[in-house]
Amino acid sequence: MHIAMTYTRLRTEERIMLDAFDALGILATPIDLREFVFDPRDRSSWSRYDAVLDRSLSLTNSMTSIRVFEHYGLPCYNNSSAIQTCSDKLLTTLALEHHRIPTPNTRIALTARSGLEAIEQIGYPSVIKPTVGSWGRLVARVNDRDAAEAILEHRETLGSVQQRVLYVQEHIEKPGRDLRVFVVGGQAIAAIARASEHWVTNTARGAQAIGIPVTDELASLAVRAVESVGAHIAAVDFLECPTRGLLVNEINHSMEFRNSIVTTGVNIAEHVARFVVEQVESGVSQAGATV
Amino acid sequence: MPQTATIQAVCPECEAQLTFDRRPFKGQVTHCTDCSAELEVIEREPLLLELAPEVEEDWGE
Ligand SMILES: Nc1ncnc2c1ncn2[C@@H]1O[C@H](COP(=O)(O)OP(=O)(O)O)[C@@H](O)[C@H]1O
Ligand SMILES: [Mg+2]
Repeated sequence: MHIAMTYTRLRTEERIMLDAFDALGILATPIDLREFVFDPRDRSSWSRYDAVLDRSLSLTNSMTSIRVFEHYGLPCYNNSSAIQTCSDKLLTTLALEHHRIPTPNTRIALTARSGLEAIEQIGYPSVIKPTVGSWGRLVARVNDRDAAEAILEHRETLGSVQQRVLYVQEHIEKPGRDLRVFVVGGQAIAAIARASEHWVTNTARGAQAIGIPVTDELASLAVRAVESVGAHIAAVDFLECPTRGLLVNEINHSMEFRNSIVTTGVNIAEHVARFVVEQVESGVSQAGATV
Repeated sequence: MPQTATIQAVCPECEAQLTFDRRPFKGQVTHCTDCSAELEVIEREPLLLELAPEVEEDWGE
Protein backbone atom coordinates (compact mmCIF):
# COMPACT_ATOMS: atom_id res chain seq x y z
CA MET A 1 0.00 0.00 0.00
CA HIS A 2 1.24 3.45 -0.86
CA ILE A 3 -0.40 6.72 0.22
CA ALA A 4 0.29 10.11 -1.33
CA MET A 5 0.11 12.91 1.23
CA THR A 6 -0.12 16.17 -0.68
CA TYR A 7 0.97 19.47 0.82
CA THR A 8 2.12 22.96 -0.02
CA ARG A 9 3.86 23.59 3.27
CA LEU A 10 5.02 20.88 5.62
CA ARG A 11 3.80 22.06 9.01
CA THR A 12 3.80 20.20 12.30
CA GLU A 13 0.48 18.54 11.32
CA GLU A 14 1.93 17.08 8.15
CA ARG A 15 4.98 15.73 9.95
CA ILE A 16 2.78 14.13 12.61
CA MET A 17 0.69 12.59 9.80
CA LEU A 18 3.75 11.06 8.15
CA ASP A 19 4.89 9.67 11.51
CA ALA A 20 1.42 8.18 12.03
CA PHE A 21 1.57 6.27 8.73
CA ASP A 22 5.09 5.23 9.59
CA ALA A 23 3.94 3.85 12.95
CA LEU A 24 1.37 1.71 11.12
CA GLY A 25 4.10 0.42 8.81
CA ILE A 26 2.44 2.10 5.82
CA LEU A 27 4.42 3.83 3.11
CA ALA A 28 3.26 7.44 2.77
CA THR A 29 5.07 9.83 0.48
CA PRO A 30 4.90 13.59 1.02
CA ILE A 31 4.05 15.26 -2.28
CA ASP A 32 4.92 18.95 -2.66
CA LEU A 33 2.16 20.07 -5.02
CA ARG A 34 4.14 23.07 -6.19
CA GLU A 35 6.56 20.81 -8.06
CA PHE A 36 4.20 18.99 -10.41
CA VAL A 37 2.75 19.33 -13.88
CA PHE A 38 -0.39 17.23 -14.34
CA ASP A 39 -1.36 15.69 -17.66
CA PRO A 40 -5.04 14.69 -17.73
CA ARG A 41 -4.21 11.89 -20.22
CA ASP A 42 -1.30 10.42 -18.31
CA ARG A 43 -1.71 9.05 -14.83
CA SER A 44 1.30 6.74 -15.09
CA SER A 45 3.43 8.45 -12.44
CA TRP A 46 0.45 8.41 -10.04
CA SER A 47 -0.69 4.81 -10.49
CA ARG A 48 1.71 3.65 -7.77
CA TYR A 49 -0.53 5.33 -5.15
CA ASP A 50 -3.62 3.75 -3.64
CA ALA A 51 -5.09 6.92 -2.14
CA VAL A 52 -4.43 10.62 -1.65
CA LEU A 53 -4.57 12.41 1.69
CA ASP A 54 -4.92 16.13 1.02
CA ARG A 55 -3.00 18.29 3.50
CA SER A 56 -2.54 21.36 1.35
CA LEU A 57 -2.60 24.66 3.20
CA SER A 58 -3.76 26.42 0.06
CA LEU A 59 -7.41 25.89 -0.86
CA THR A 60 -6.71 26.58 -4.53
CA ASN A 61 -4.02 23.91 -4.59
CA SER A 62 -6.27 21.41 -2.79
CA MET A 63 -9.18 21.91 -5.17
CA THR A 64 -7.05 21.82 -8.29
CA SER A 65 -4.97 18.78 -7.40
CA ILE A 66 -7.80 16.71 -5.92
CA ARG A 67 -9.91 17.22 -9.04
CA VAL A 68 -7.04 15.88 -11.13
CA PHE A 69 -6.40 12.93 -8.76
CA GLU A 70 -10.08 12.02 -8.87
CA HIS A 71 -9.92 12.08 -12.64
CA TYR A 72 -6.99 9.65 -12.36
CA GLY A 73 -9.29 7.39 -10.35
CA LEU A 74 -7.56 7.79 -6.99
CA PRO A 75 -9.68 7.84 -3.83
CA CYS A 76 -9.08 11.23 -2.20
CA TYR A 77 -9.59 12.30 1.40
CA ASN A 78 -11.38 14.58 1.36
CA ASN A 79 -13.02 14.42 -2.05
CA SER A 80 -13.30 17.56 -4.15
CA SER A 81 -17.01 17.98 -3.59
CA ALA A 82 -16.57 17.96 0.20
CA ILE A 83 -13.65 20.40 -0.06
CA GLN A 84 -15.73 22.70 -2.20
CA THR A 85 -18.70 22.66 0.17
CA CYS A 86 -16.63 23.07 3.34
CA SER A 87 -14.53 25.87 1.91
CA ASP A 88 -17.57 27.91 0.98
CA LYS A 89 -19.68 29.15 3.88
CA LEU A 90 -22.70 29.65 1.66
CA LEU A 91 -22.57 26.05 0.36
CA THR A 92 -22.05 24.84 3.94
CA THR A 93 -25.09 26.79 5.16
CA LEU A 94 -27.20 25.40 2.33
CA ALA A 95 -26.08 21.82 3.09
CA LEU A 96 -26.80 22.25 6.81
CA GLU A 97 -30.21 23.81 6.12
CA HIS A 98 -31.03 21.07 3.63
CA HIS A 99 -30.35 18.46 6.32
CA ARG A 100 -32.09 20.50 9.04
CA ILE A 101 -28.97 20.73 11.16
CA PRO A 102 -29.13 23.67 13.60
CA THR A 103 -26.98 26.61 12.47
CA PRO A 104 -27.13 30.38 13.02
CA ASN A 105 -29.78 32.34 11.10
CA THR A 106 -28.18 33.61 7.94
CA ARG A 107 -29.04 35.93 5.06
CA ILE A 108 -27.40 36.27 1.68
CA ALA A 109 -27.67 39.40 -0.47
CA LEU A 110 -26.04 40.54 -3.69
CA THR A 111 -25.93 44.33 -3.53
CA ALA A 112 -25.21 47.04 -0.98
CA ARG A 113 -28.87 48.00 -0.83
CA SER A 114 -30.22 44.47 -0.32
CA GLY A 115 -27.23 43.90 1.96
CA LEU A 116 -28.42 46.58 4.33
CA GLU A 117 -31.88 45.00 4.29
CA ALA A 118 -30.28 41.59 5.03
CA ILE A 119 -28.38 42.99 8.02
CA GLU A 120 -31.49 44.70 9.34
CA GLN A 121 -33.45 41.46 9.02
CA ILE A 122 -30.83 39.73 11.16
CA GLY A 123 -30.65 42.65 13.62
CA TYR A 124 -27.73 43.90 15.69
CA PRO A 125 -25.15 42.76 16.49
CA SER A 126 -24.71 40.70 13.36
CA VAL A 127 -21.68 38.97 11.88
CA ILE A 128 -20.47 39.44 8.30
CA LYS A 129 -18.10 36.89 6.76
CA PRO A 130 -16.44 36.33 3.44
CA THR A 131 -18.00 33.15 2.01
CA VAL A 132 -14.51 31.78 1.33
CA GLY A 133 -11.98 32.40 4.07
CA SER A 134 -10.37 30.96 7.16
CA TRP A 135 -8.55 31.74 10.40
CA GLY A 136 -11.10 34.44 11.22
CA ARG A 137 -9.93 36.73 8.43
CA LEU A 138 -12.38 39.55 7.61
CA VAL A 139 -15.01 38.15 9.97
CA ALA A 140 -16.65 41.34 11.28
CA ARG A 141 -19.18 42.08 13.97
CA VAL A 142 -21.60 44.86 13.08
CA ASN A 143 -23.14 46.58 16.06
CA ASP A 144 -25.36 49.20 14.47
CA ARG A 145 -26.69 50.67 11.24
CA ASP A 146 -23.83 53.16 10.93
CA ALA A 147 -21.28 50.36 10.97
CA ALA A 148 -23.37 48.32 8.53
CA GLU A 149 -23.50 51.18 6.02
CA ALA A 150 -19.77 51.82 6.37
CA ILE A 151 -18.84 48.16 5.80
CA LEU A 152 -21.16 47.85 2.81
CA GLU A 153 -19.74 50.99 1.22
CA HIS A 154 -16.16 49.81 1.77
CA ARG A 155 -16.91 46.43 0.26
CA GLU A 156 -18.56 47.97 -2.76
CA THR A 157 -15.70 50.37 -3.35
CA LEU A 158 -12.66 48.34 -2.37
CA GLY A 159 -13.69 44.73 -2.82
CA SER A 160 -13.86 42.45 -5.82
CA VAL A 161 -17.20 41.58 -7.40
CA GLN A 162 -17.30 38.30 -5.44
CA GLN A 163 -16.78 40.22 -2.21
CA ARG A 164 -20.01 42.11 -2.84
CA VAL A 165 -21.95 38.96 -2.02
CA LEU A 166 -23.04 39.57 1.53
CA TYR A 167 -23.21 36.64 3.93
CA VAL A 168 -24.52 37.80 7.28
CA GLN A 169 -25.46 35.89 10.41
CA GLU A 170 -27.02 36.57 13.75
CA HIS A 171 -24.36 37.05 16.42
CA ILE A 172 -24.50 34.17 18.90
CA GLU A 173 -23.82 35.23 22.51
CA LYS A 174 -21.46 32.33 23.08
CA PRO A 175 -19.71 31.92 26.44
CA GLY A 176 -16.24 33.17 25.40
CA ARG A 177 -15.45 30.04 23.43
CA ASP A 178 -16.51 27.83 20.59
CA LEU A 179 -16.38 24.03 20.40
CA ARG A 180 -14.71 21.85 17.82
CA VAL A 181 -15.35 18.16 17.22
CA PHE A 182 -12.97 16.07 15.12
CA VAL A 183 -14.76 13.53 12.95
CA VAL A 184 -12.90 10.78 11.13
CA GLY A 185 -14.67 8.09 9.11
CA GLY A 186 -18.09 8.81 10.64
CA GLN A 187 -16.80 8.76 14.24
CA ALA A 188 -16.45 11.75 16.55
CA ILE A 189 -13.01 11.05 18.02
CA ALA A 190 -12.13 14.15 20.04
CA ALA A 191 -13.36 17.60 21.01
CA ILE A 192 -11.84 20.86 22.16
CA ALA A 193 -13.09 24.23 23.36
CA ARG A 194 -11.33 27.26 21.92
CA ALA A 195 -11.42 30.07 24.48
CA SER A 196 -10.52 33.69 23.91
CA GLU A 197 -11.08 37.15 25.33
CA HIS A 198 -11.92 38.22 21.79
CA TRP A 199 -15.24 37.20 20.23
CA VAL A 200 -13.31 35.61 17.32
CA THR A 201 -12.02 32.33 18.76
CA ASN A 202 -9.71 30.92 16.07
CA THR A 203 -6.50 29.43 17.47
CA ALA A 204 -4.78 31.17 14.55
CA ARG A 205 -5.88 34.36 16.38
CA GLY A 206 -4.51 33.27 19.71
CA ALA A 207 -7.42 31.37 21.28
CA GLN A 208 -6.46 28.56 23.68
CA ALA A 209 -7.55 25.00 22.96
CA ILE A 210 -8.68 22.79 25.86
CA GLY A 211 -9.79 19.18 25.50
CA ILE A 212 -13.43 18.52 26.42
CA PRO A 213 -15.48 15.31 26.54
CA VAL A 214 -17.28 14.28 23.37
CA THR A 215 -20.87 14.25 24.59
CA ASP A 216 -23.49 12.20 22.73
CA GLU A 217 -25.13 15.39 21.54
CA LEU A 218 -21.85 16.84 20.19
CA ALA A 219 -20.97 13.53 18.53
CA SER A 220 -24.28 12.99 16.81
CA LEU A 221 -24.58 16.56 15.55
CA ALA A 222 -20.96 16.60 14.38
CA VAL A 223 -21.30 13.33 12.50
CA ARG A 224 -24.50 14.52 10.84
CA ALA A 225 -22.86 17.82 9.89
CA VAL A 226 -19.88 16.06 8.31
CA GLU A 227 -22.22 13.73 6.40
CA SER A 228 -24.22 16.68 5.14
CA VAL A 229 -21.15 18.06 3.34
CA GLY A 230 -19.92 14.64 2.20
CA ALA A 231 -16.58 14.78 4.05
CA HIS A 232 -14.67 11.88 5.64
CA ILE A 233 -12.14 13.77 7.72
CA ALA A 234 -13.25 17.09 9.18
CA ALA A 235 -13.51 19.35 12.20
CA VAL A 236 -16.95 20.73 13.04
CA ASP A 237 -17.14 24.07 14.85
CA PHE A 238 -20.09 24.76 17.15
CA LEU A 239 -21.39 27.92 18.74
CA GLU A 240 -23.26 27.47 22.03
CA CYS A 241 -26.42 29.54 21.85
CA PRO A 242 -27.89 30.41 25.28
CA THR A 243 -31.42 29.74 23.99
CA ARG A 244 -31.10 27.20 21.16
CA GLY A 245 -28.12 25.13 22.33
CA LEU A 246 -25.52 23.80 19.92
CA LEU A 247 -25.41 25.42 16.49
CA VAL A 248 -23.03 24.26 13.76
CA ASN A 249 -20.96 27.22 12.61
CA GLU A 250 -18.71 25.62 10.01
CA ILE A 251 -16.95 22.47 8.91
CA ASN A 252 -13.21 22.48 8.19
CA HIS A 253 -11.99 20.03 5.57
CA SER A 254 -8.26 20.30 6.28
CA MET A 255 -8.16 20.66 10.01
CA GLU A 256 -5.25 21.77 12.11
CA PHE A 257 -4.71 19.56 15.12
CA ARG A 258 -1.25 20.10 16.55
CA ASN A 259 -2.60 21.86 19.66
CA SER A 260 -5.39 19.34 20.12
CA ILE A 261 -3.51 16.05 20.46
CA VAL A 262 -1.96 16.77 23.85
CA THR A 263 -5.00 18.47 25.36
CA THR A 264 -7.45 15.74 24.24
CA GLY A 265 -5.08 12.80 24.68
CA VAL A 266 -6.34 11.52 21.32
CA ASN A 267 -3.84 10.85 18.57
CA ILE A 268 -5.90 12.49 15.83
CA ALA A 269 -3.28 11.77 13.17
CA GLU A 270 -3.32 8.07 14.00
CA HIS A 271 -7.10 7.97 13.53
CA VAL A 272 -6.76 9.71 10.17
CA ALA A 273 -4.00 7.37 9.02
CA ARG A 274 -5.94 4.28 10.15
CA PHE A 275 -9.05 5.49 8.38
CA VAL A 276 -7.26 6.03 5.07
CA VAL A 277 -5.56 2.63 5.35
CA GLU A 278 -8.87 0.89 6.16
CA GLN A 279 -10.51 2.53 3.18
CA VAL A 280 -7.79 1.22 0.87
CA GLU A 281 -7.89 -2.23 2.49
CA SER A 282 -11.66 -2.43 2.08
CA GLY A 283 -11.13 -1.86 -1.63
CA VAL A 284 -12.74 1.56 -1.88
CA SER A 285 -11.83 3.01 -5.20
CA GLN A 286 -13.00 5.98 -7.10
CA ALA A 287 -15.67 4.76 -9.47
CA GLY A 288 -15.17 5.63 -13.09
CA ALA A 289 -11.46 6.17 -13.51
CA THR A 290 -11.20 7.77 -16.91
CA VAL A 291 -7.51 7.50 -17.74
CA MET B 1 37.68 15.87 11.83
CA PRO B 2 35.11 13.83 13.77
CA GLN B 3 31.99 12.84 11.88
CA THR B 4 28.81 14.45 13.25
CA ALA B 5 25.39 12.91 12.77
CA THR B 6 23.57 16.25 12.94
CA ILE B 7 22.45 18.20 9.91
CA GLN B 8 23.16 21.89 9.88
CA ALA B 9 21.96 24.99 8.08
CA VAL B 10 22.29 28.72 8.49
CA CYS B 11 19.37 30.99 9.37
CA PRO B 12 18.98 33.47 6.48
CA GLU B 13 17.73 36.12 8.91
CA CYS B 14 20.33 36.12 11.70
CA GLU B 15 22.96 33.65 10.42
CA ALA B 16 22.65 31.44 13.48
CA GLN B 17 23.76 27.85 12.98
CA LEU B 18 20.70 25.57 13.11
CA THR B 19 20.91 21.83 13.67
CA PHE B 20 18.40 19.11 12.78
CA ASP B 21 18.21 15.55 14.10
CA ARG B 22 16.97 14.25 10.78
CA ARG B 23 17.04 15.78 7.35
CA PRO B 24 13.92 17.97 6.99
CA PHE B 25 11.59 17.62 4.00
CA LYS B 26 11.39 20.16 1.24
CA GLY B 27 8.65 22.65 2.14
CA GLN B 28 9.00 21.93 5.83
CA VAL B 29 8.44 24.92 8.07
CA THR B 30 10.67 25.51 11.05
CA HIS B 31 11.72 28.31 13.37
CA CYS B 32 15.14 29.74 14.04
CA THR B 33 16.13 28.90 17.60
CA ASP B 34 17.92 32.25 17.88
CA CYS B 35 15.77 34.90 16.21
CA SER B 36 12.57 32.78 15.93
CA ALA B 37 12.09 33.74 12.27
CA GLU B 38 9.74 31.39 10.42
CA LEU B 39 11.80 29.46 7.87
CA GLU B 40 11.00 27.12 5.01
CA VAL B 41 13.22 24.38 3.63
CA ILE B 42 13.97 25.29 -0.01
CA GLU B 43 16.51 22.54 -0.75
CA ARG B 44 17.22 19.32 1.12
CA GLU B 45 20.71 18.58 -0.17
CA PRO B 46 22.53 20.76 0.56
CA LEU B 47 20.12 22.02 3.19
CA LEU B 48 18.95 25.52 2.34
CA LEU B 49 16.50 27.67 4.31
CA GLU B 50 14.62 30.80 3.32
CA LEU B 51 12.29 33.10 5.22
CA ALA B 52 8.84 31.51 4.98
CA PRO B 53 6.40 33.44 2.76
CA GLU B 54 3.67 35.62 4.20
CA VAL B 55 0.26 34.01 4.69
CA GLU B 56 -1.68 33.85 1.42
CA GLU B 57 -5.34 34.71 1.06
CA ASP B 58 -6.50 31.14 0.35
CA TRP B 59 -4.59 29.50 3.19
CA GLY B 60 -6.43 27.95 6.05
CA GLU B 61 -8.36 24.99 7.31
N1 LIG C 1 -22.48 34.03 14.23
C1 LIG C 1 -21.48 34.11 15.12
N2 LIG C 1 -21.72 34.46 16.41
C2 LIG C 1 -20.71 34.56 17.29
N3 LIG C 1 -19.42 34.32 17.00
C3 LIG C 1 -19.12 33.96 15.75
C4 LIG C 1 -20.12 33.83 14.74
N4 LIG C 1 -19.53 33.46 13.59
C5 LIG C 1 -18.22 33.35 13.85
N5 LIG C 1 -17.96 33.67 15.13
C6 LIG C 1 -16.62 33.64 15.76
O1 LIG C 1 -15.66 33.96 14.77
C7 LIG C 1 -14.79 32.86 14.54
C8 LIG C 1 -14.45 32.74 13.06
O2 LIG C 1 -15.62 32.56 12.31
P1 LIG C 1 -15.78 31.38 11.27
O3 LIG C 1 -17.16 31.42 10.75
O4 LIG C 1 -15.38 30.10 11.93
O5 LIG C 1 -14.77 31.77 10.12
P2 LIG C 1 -13.32 31.18 9.74
O6 LIG C 1 -13.58 30.23 8.62
O7 LIG C 1 -12.51 32.35 9.33
O8 LIG C 1 -12.78 30.45 10.95
C9 LIG C 1 -15.52 31.65 15.11
O9 LIG C 1 -14.61 30.68 15.55
C10 LIG C 1 -16.29 32.27 16.27
O10 LIG C 1 -15.47 32.44 17.41
MG1 LIG D 1 -13.69 28.80 11.85
